[in-house]
Amino acid sequence: MKSRRLLKSATFRLALLYMLLFGGSVAVLLGFLYWATVGVLSEQVDETIQADIKGLAEQYEQRGTPGIASIIGERVRKDPGGRTVYLLTDPLRRPLVGNLSGWPTVPPNEDGWITFELLDRDTPDGTPYPARARQFVLQGGLNLLVGREVRELQRTRRMIINAMVWGIGITLALALAGGIAMSRGTARRIDSINQTSRDIMSGDLDRRIPAGGTGDEFDQLAGNLNDMLDRIQGLMEGLRHVSDNIAHDLRTPLTRLRSRLEDLDDQSLDGTERTRWIDAAVAEADGLLAMFNALLRITQIEAGGRRDNFATVNLAEVLQDVAELYEPVAHAENLSFSFHCDGEGRVTGDRDLLFQAIANLTDNAIKYTPVGGNVTLHSTGQSVIVADTGPGVPVDAREDVFRRFHRLGTSRNAPGSGLGLSLVKAVAQLHGGNILLEDNNPGLKAVLSVS
Amino acid sequence: MRVLVIEDDTDVAAYIVKALTEAGHNPSHADNGKDGLVMATTDDFDVLVVDRMLPGPDGLAIIRTLRASDDQTPALILSALAEVDDRVKGLKAGGDDYLTKPFAAAELLARLEALTRRASSTGATAETALSVADLEMDLLSRTVNRAGTAIDLQPREFRLLECLMRNAGSVVTRTMLLENVWDYHFDPQTNVIDVHVSRLRQKIDKEFDTALIHTVRGAGYVLRDAGQDGSSQDSGS
Repeated sequence: MKSRRLLKSATFRLALLYMLLFGGSVAVLLGFLYWATVGVLSEQVDETIQADIKGLAEQYEQRGTPGIASIIGERVRKDPGGRTVYLLTDPLRRPLVGNLSGWPTVPPNEDGWITFELLDRDTPDGTPYPARARQFVLQGGLNLLVGREVRELQRTRRMIINAMVWGIGITLALALAGGIAMSRGTARRIDSINQTSRDIMSGDLDRRIPAGGTGDEFDQLAGNLNDMLDRIQGLMEGLRHVSDNIAHDLRTPLTRLRSRLEDLDDQSLDGTERTRWIDAAVAEADGLLAMFNALLRITQIEAGGRRDNFATVNLAEVLQDVAELYEPVAHAENLSFSFHCDGEGRVTGDRDLLFQAIANLTDNAIKYTPVGGNVTLHSTGQSVIVADTGPGVPVDAREDVFRRFHRLGTSRNAPGSGLGLSLVKAVAQLHGGNILLEDNNPGLKAVLSVS
Repeated sequence: MRVLVIEDDTDVAAYIVKALTEAGHNPSHADNGKDGLVMATTDDFDVLVVDRMLPGPDGLAIIRTLRASDDQTPALILSALAEVDDRVKGLKAGGDDYLTKPFAAAELLARLEALTRRASSTGATAETALSVADLEMDLLSRTVNRAGTAIDLQPREFRLLECLMRNAGSVVTRTMLLENVWDYHFDPQTNVIDVHVSRLRQKIDKEFDTALIHTVRGAGYVLRDAGQDGSSQDSGS
């Protein structure tokens, strides 16, 4: 089971491929080495023999059979060890002169080359020396065999072949062992990721992939996966929070709606009263619809799908329009209201959404600032500041207020859905900007910036 | 007015048809794109209400086809909630107005009336003055007076009043005012419009015996000559 999994593992296959490639390279390299040494050496032997034959053939032409016989006799005498091989025979292959007792029994190849064993020489270990020779037929039918003993060459060749076999064998063995070790290590890391994934799928959402601590690719992968899991868990918690809040926030208006509809059943109601109840019920339903609309809009904006309407927008102009729309509202609430724009802020964005975001901030400022306070709108280039002198937002709640339906305890009874700032944040993010809440000493300063 | 409702959702269609009938209009209904297109091309309607998603050719295709054959009957597109971005697409396809579901019957009626009014006034020479009862507006010099007394209005108040006067006798909803007067398509969290209308009222109605600007419960506002009766399909101006 385990070995089958090993064979199926991608890293093992890669190691195997690597092994073959590496082994092949070593074989090619050693092959070249073999050719460069043994090949060149044996070529040299052949060339010497060829030159020897050529010389002897010339001597034969000039001096005839006695001449060549005496030359060969002389050479054999001078080389008692017998490194060179000579044999001159008559046309019937009966030896005339030379250091071979008889014509080798091995048949020559088509070029006249013979590789044979020197059976009539004494060797220290009893095995006959190898020799290589070429036969040559002289004019007049005499056969000439000229050769060299190639013990050294053969030894070199055997050594190199040995080295090659061992070299390739060891290379393959090492590569295989390394491959198995490597894929075992990789498989272990991947197994731990798989195991964690299975645990998470089976419901243990808090599990995280352990890191090896080496900072390698696997640790990076584990880190990224863990971050992703954190994000997913965060989103899920957010979702749970939202659905809890939706349930909670819907219950109140739905209960009111229900009781209004029940009240309508009361036969003692007169026409105007009935109309008033109907109006109230419709208003509750409208409020619920508005809440759903706002939720869907935020979701849509967060999904980033609303870039179709992006165009160049003058932020200062939008701010001015918001100011103009809300100034009478602020005055009606007995607040002092002012706005100023420092230059034009041309940004790429959705005019309606930017308007909506600034309007939401302004609406909040007006809603939460007590009578006699100030609301100030200010735009500088690519950011908009909405400041008020209301109660502000405590530092530790400045992140939470952007969550859907999140409302500060102090504002639970104020009108509103708890979605206004969520929308502002979504709009800011859609525009590659952000929204910050700061202290206005006293009050709140909301800074919306657009990139 | 004759209204063709092309809507495949039977509940929504019934709701629209009922609202139109109650308001004294004459609605016809088609429940798929093909029938709707045939009816729109063979019959003469004052305004079309077209659902965005339909079996057969969809709402935008119907409007595009009509516009391509030079049929300029005003069309209002209805759309499911999730398709916010489609508003622009709908208007580009030749739709004249856009309303997302769910909507209040009053909103639909007000918009349809504004559409037919706009359609009937185009072609005539551009108006230079509007008047309702003793209220007069000069669109060239941008002055307003009532019973001979000049009224000083801020530019936005002027546009607000102009919008109400152009639709005199018909309900204008708050979102219609936001779109037409402020030119933003957005969702005000509080009724900011009410504050502006009440400011306008201070200037237009306060000093005079009869009020012209009236609040319509659950719908919006109407500018109406007190001498006329209150039915909203009255389009006298």
